[in-house]
Amino acid sequence: MTEGATAGVAAGGRAAAPRVDPDGADGRSGSFRPRARRPLAIALLFLLPALVLLGALVVYPIVFSVGRSFYDATGSRFVGVENYGEIFSAESTLTAIKNNLIWVVVAPTVVTALGLIFAVLTERIRWSTAFKVLIFMPMAISFLSAGVTWRLIYEQDPETGVANAAVGAVVDVVRPPGSLPGARPSDEEAVEQTASGLETTATVTPGDTVAIGLVAIPPEQIPSGATAAAEPAAVENGVGGTVWLDFTPGGGGEPGQVDAEERGLPGVSVEAVDADGTVVANATTDPDGTFTLPDVSGDVSVRLGASNFREPFSGISWLGPALVTPAIIVSYVWIWAGFAMVVIAAGLAAIPRELLEAARVDGASEWQVFRRVTVPLLAPVLGVVFVTLVINVLKIFDLVLVIAPGSAQREANVIALQMWKTAFGARNFGLGSALAVFLLVLVIPAMLFNIRRFRAEET
Amino acid sequence: MTHTARSRWKLRSLAIVAILALLAAACGGGEDLDEGAGTDTGGDTDSPAQDLSGETVEVAATWTGAEQERFQMVLDAFAEQTGAQVRFLSAGDDIAAYVGPRIEGGDPPDVAIFPQPGVVDSFAAEGSLIPIDDLVGDVVDADVPGGRDAGDFEGELYGLWWKAAQKSTVWYNVGVFEGAGVQPPESWDDLLVAGDTISDYGVAPYSIGADVGWPLSDLFENVYLRVAGPEKYDQLAAHEIPWTDQSVKDALSTMAELFDDPDQLAGGQQGALQTDFNGSVTQAFTDPPKGAMVFEGDFVGGIITGETDAELGADADFFDFPSIDGSEPAVVSGGDLAVLLDDSEGGQALIRFLATPEAAEIWAAEGGFISPNTQVSLEAYGDDVSRRAAEALQNAADAARYDLSDLQPTEFGATTGQGIWGILIDFLEDPSDVDGTAQALETAAKRAYGE
Repeated sequence: MTEGATAGVAAGGRAAAPRVDPDGADGRSGSFRPRARRPLAIALLFLLPALVLLGALVVYPIVFSVGRSFYDATGSRFVGVENYGEIFSAESTLTAIKNNLIWVVVAPTVVTALGLIFAVLTERIRWSTAFKVLIFMPMAISFLSAGVTWRLIYEQDPETGVANAAVGAVVDVVRPPGSLPGARPSDEEAVEQTASGLETTATVTPGDTVAIGLVAIPPEQIPSGATAAAEPAAVENGVGGTVWLDFTPGGGGEPGQVDAEERGLPGVSVEAVDADGTVVANATTDPDGTFTLPDVSGDVSVRLGASNFREPFSGISWLGPALVTPAIIVSYVWIWAGFAMVVIAAGLAAIPRELLEAARVDGASEWQVFRRVTVPLLAPVLGVVFVTLVINVLKIFDLVLVIAPGSAQREANVIALQMWKTAFGARNFGLGSALAVFLLVLVIPAMLFNIRRFRAEET
Repeated sequence: MTHTARSRWKLRSLAIVAILALLAAACGGGEDLDEGAGTDTGGDTDSPAQDLSGETVEVAATWTGAEQERFQMVLDAFAEQTGAQVRFLSAGDDIAAYVGPRIEGGDPPDVAIFPQPGVVDSFAAEGSLIPIDDLVGDVVDADVPGGRDAGDFEGELYGLWWKAAQKSTVWYNVGVFEGAGVQPPESWDDLLVAGDTISDYGVAPYSIGADVGWPLSDLFENVYLRVAGPEKYDQLAAHEIPWTDQSVKDALSTMAELFDDPDQLAGGQQGALQTDFNGSVTQAFTDPPKGAMVFEGDFVGGIITGETDAELGADADFFDFPSIDGSEPAVVSGGDLAVLLDDSEGGQALIRFLATPEAAEIWAAEGGFISPNTQVSLEAYGDDVSRRAAEALQNAADAARYDLSDLQPTEFGATTGQGIWGILIDFLEDPSDVDGTAQALETAAKRAYGE
């Protein structure tokens, strides 16, 4: 009901604007037909249906909501402006206000700019109607289903989320995942995790052996062809060693020991690194996990390069707390860009061609024509589109409700959603009404701007 | 000159058209209000199979997936008996926010299944519910121990406790436990050791669906009941001690031992935050599994059988929530209550039907369901696992505590992204901030209790 009130208010404001016009017309035409002579009763009769409708659907709900906002949750106690104080003290509403601000600054600007670009460009391409239909198509989808679609697009798992599947396809080519993602050393004192991989903490000299046990490798990720792990064997003038899965299936193995049922890890790249950090020898492990780093002199540490352990792309958390609002704004832009384009394109068609031609004849570049002639002539349309979108964005609700997962709904919160949750979820109609009134107050400047613009065009 | 004047007029009419288009978009999506108006015929309570052909009964509940399918089977049986048409309305996680506007709009569903007694109280307090003492009061008093406490508000019975939840179970993937060589743990310390071993084995030990937050509140309640004991639990439930009490902080610190290593959560922290409850179950019981253990109640069994290929008892099993520092066995219970929102004949008949053992046995046979009704025999349960959970609940009796968050005002205990749910989600993201979390809980509790 309260949601309806604000929507109705915004609507009322816009609907009221043209209704103001006859008055203005009266004023001007008054010179030859004075206002006083028109019978008041007839004027009232004609106004009556509109007045009744506006009164019932707009004025009454507003007045009721304003009154209700001064009472407590159940409506039994008068609390003055306490609910309004609550709006500016509760963290949830402050987040909502902050997000609404981001929405109002970003969404209408981007939509109007994109609409303008599409409108200008479609004038120049062959299949412009097809293109326009394509861009406008999202407008024909309900916000709810558009929201559900975008929620799927933004799924974190690249297997289900299209956005992450696309990003992942690129990332996995640029940075191929290693064969042992997520593996850890079984003995974190002997082998430490560094930025460049897993490295032995103690240095070794030629003739020594190294045993690097790894754990946290899921059974399905054990490289095929792995055989029982072998004890590291010493070699002359080099370092011998074993890389193996230090986890006995079913438990019971001794950490750090190559136990009977444990398997070697083949195909792991091993490096010998000297004190300066330069790689002096390379090797790859055999099916039983053994490797030999030949021709090593002096003290070296043994490292398993980070590329072995690189995780496959696990998806960007589009709907995580950090990105959720921008992600939802993108879906909003997708829906509304077509609307802006169609309105602006119609405005564009109304611009007299000869002005553009004249500019071109005078030697203006296409950019100058666009910047100095097209945009100024379109300014009234751009203004209307922008302000209309501002009003629309202020009461954004459905996309946020549908797209944001529960865990990010606080970070994505907006005033209209908070109002609905407060009033109908937490059953606090006092605070809910206060939020509705607050939203109304925010919409008023945009409405006044629109009304003024209509008036200005009258004269 | 005339040219510009005309184009200007064109611009203006365009603008008006644009605005009208917007208006139309804003006003779309109204709801049809074709309801058979409040027929108020209290009478004939005797014949269970009264003829209701032509009547449409609407039922709103939070169940989805397998649970929804099973409930649908119960509704189908009702439809068959009475000839009524039954429409299931999926209410999402926040049923108060779904039912509330329908009540405001004068078109409530006939029956709703509320997952929290706190919600029953909120709606009963504002007079939106119809007392059901005349319909099922006798049955509840005779056959549903605790049923009156759960469903009553100021001396009148408003909610029929229909589905019980035994929330002190931990479900595990048997294959992973065998592969890692761990046994179901009996103490919290054993649990942590088992978790480390499973992590070494290569599977994330804990699969948590933190997308909305109620599984986190259930986990907290189980830990709190064991760390602080039943008496403090009751005090905290009534907000007689603040959430900044040391016992709350101790419980949070204990809980943090599960969260502080992101490797131990299936999908890491971000993954857990975007996993819904059903997802947290399915990902632990598919092949290859992404997690090994799920901390949730008996109803997990229903999701395993309904949405995965795992077999209860063979591939999936549960152990009792482990004891913490030698705490006595205790059970957190919960449940779903059926309420009557519209005093229609169909609605009344459905409430009466749900109170019968036959209705409960339909779902019990399918798994993932425990009835609080003692007339439902243990044989009716379709699998041993459910039967064991049902038995544990019957045996726990005195040490059983009703789900704490469910007893809170809706705003604090059961609203998506707010109160306990929301704050524990934050805690999962930053498990080091125990004091801040306790403070946030207390602030939210004070607000909800109007203190």
